[in-house]
Amino acid sequence: MILSARELAVQYPRAATPAIAGVSLDLAGGELVAIVGPNGSGKTTLLRALLGTLPLAAGAVTLLDRPLAGWTSAELARVVGVVTQREESLFPLTVEETVSLGRYAFLRPLAPLGEADRRIVADAMARADVAQLAARPTDQLSGGEWQRVRMARALAQQPRLLVLDEPTASLDVRHEMEVFELVRRLAGQGIATILVSHHLNLAARYADRVLLLHQGRVVADGPPATVLTGPTVTRVFEWPVAITTWCDGAPQVVPLKPGE
Amino acid sequence: MTGTSRWPLLLTVALLAIVTGLVFGAVRLPPAAVWAALTDAGAAGAPIVRGLRLPRVLLGFLVGGSLAVSGAVLQALIRNPLADPYLLGISGGAAIAAVLVIALGAGAAWVLPLAAFAGAMAALLLVYRLSLVQGRRLDPHILLLAGVVVSAFTGALVSAVLTLSPAAQLRNAFLWMLGGLGGASWQAVGIFAAYAVVPLAVLALRARAFDLLALGDDTARHLGVEPAALRRTAYVATGCLTAAAVATCGMIGFVGLVVPHAIRRLWGPLHVTLLPSAFLLGGSFLVLADTVARAIAPPIELPVGVVTSLVGVPLFAMLLRRTLR
Repeated sequence: MILSARELAVQYPRAATPAIAGVSLDLAGGELVAIVGPNGSGKTTLLRALLGTLPLAAGAVTLLDRPLAGWTSAELARVVGVVTQREESLFPLTVEETVSLGRYAFLRPLAPLGEADRRIVADAMARADVAQLAARPTDQLSGGEWQRVRMARALAQQPRLLVLDEPTASLDVRHEMEVFELVRRLAGQGIATILVSHHLNLAARYADRVLLLHQGRVVADGPPATVLTGPTVTRVFEWPVAITTWCDGAPQVVPLKPGE
Repeated sequence: MTGTSRWPLLLTVALLAIVTGLVFGAVRLPPAAVWAALTDAGAAGAPIVRGLRLPRVLLGFLVGGSLAVSGAVLQALIRNPLADPYLLGISGGAAIAAVLVIALGAGAAWVLPLAAFAGAMAALLLVYRLSLVQGRRLDPHILLLAGVVVSAFTGALVSAVLTLSPAAQLRNAFLWMLGGLGGASWQAVGIFAAYAVVPLAVLALRARAFDLLALGDDTARHLGVEPAALRRTAYVATGCLTAAAVATCGMIGFVGLVVPHAIRRLWGPLHVTLLPSAFLLGGSFLVLADTVARAIAPPIELPVGVVTSLVGVPLFAMLLRRTLR
């Protein structure tokens, strides 16, 4: 088991109710789990709890059979790659420099990137389709390019666990599909992936499991077809939907117009 | 400008600055005479070059370099390109302590740097504490505001102390605050080097981590840096450097602001190369500014802080306009 979380609860100061409560999650190597839910349902909070960047009110997280609290940042960075929703770019580096930062936790303080590191960086850039942008400053990238550069940086960490918080939020269809294809391929190579997405239909087609959050609690956790049912999605997202089945067997959510 | 031309260029600039600093002054010595004085203790110019100008140039270089490195680090640390030891209240804390020492007449050579160091650390902690008002996370924007507030407060304290001081101390403290390398001696060079070497090494060893910190705390953590620990360490290190600089030669503004910006524009922001480049250019800048300060109207010396500000403010205004465009 790569990651195991038991009965997690997070309570923000001065909040009346916990942001998440009673959330459990197991993730094996090669598994792709999508976390979905309405705005404010606790998706990002859950990610932060799983990554140890928020104090837990209850529960425990285990990473590779070791309690998460015992991991240093540097140890974590050698195992877990994270792409957060937002990130500042104060002093724009080039794309290649940015991706190279993924090797930070593997380098001694003043040692330059070695031959192997450079190969890993080049490979990460190729896989995320940003190799042709290598020399471009990051403040001259489109939203989609910037997102793929950050994916490449996470890949340069050679992670066993990849955590992506809405990685396709500002991507067009092609790049969105490429990210999902890439994530699926990485899962095929044994990388465990947690993906927060608003894109229910792509989550349903690519994820092995879907974890549906509502008001900080797990409503359903399992194969897409068992989680994304009409009544459940309608209730949780507070909008009527119909569910169809695509030819690959994945459920597809069609939000209904009033009167349909 | 390519990366390969960087070090030859910076080293040439540094060498030219040092030579200029040795040649010019109240008495102009031709380069041949400077060389003779450096190689032969009995040469005519030896007392001026060896006893006065060389320690002054070396001290200026060390101080300028340290201020530029401090500025570069603080800018990444609080994720604001406008940060400067001078704007963050650290210098103000050192100043009030130093002015108190001068006003009280406790004049042993080692008291002043220690007092200024204590004042700088007190200001540093006060700024740090003020920026923790909401939540536990150190907010970089509030940090900058807190720096401005503490600067204003120490400025008021300094004014109060100066107003209440006898005339002789008043003039000394006033001159000290304007900044100058007039007190340079081999002893001062030694004291400063002893102060500065550890913080500079501490910062250099963390150069790569500052690249990550500039991306935000979350991203830095996910790439392997403990942001809180790094921020504490870097704060103490820059505090040591600034305290030593202020204690040695008063408040010298804008070196820490302008130099890192110039380096980033020319060669990009990676700290592994930014920090040594900033040290070389900051040192050169202060040595040249000091040379102008003492050669422009002999026998009167302009305070070097006046020269760095007169050059630094227009440069900074240009940078601001180019950043905003």
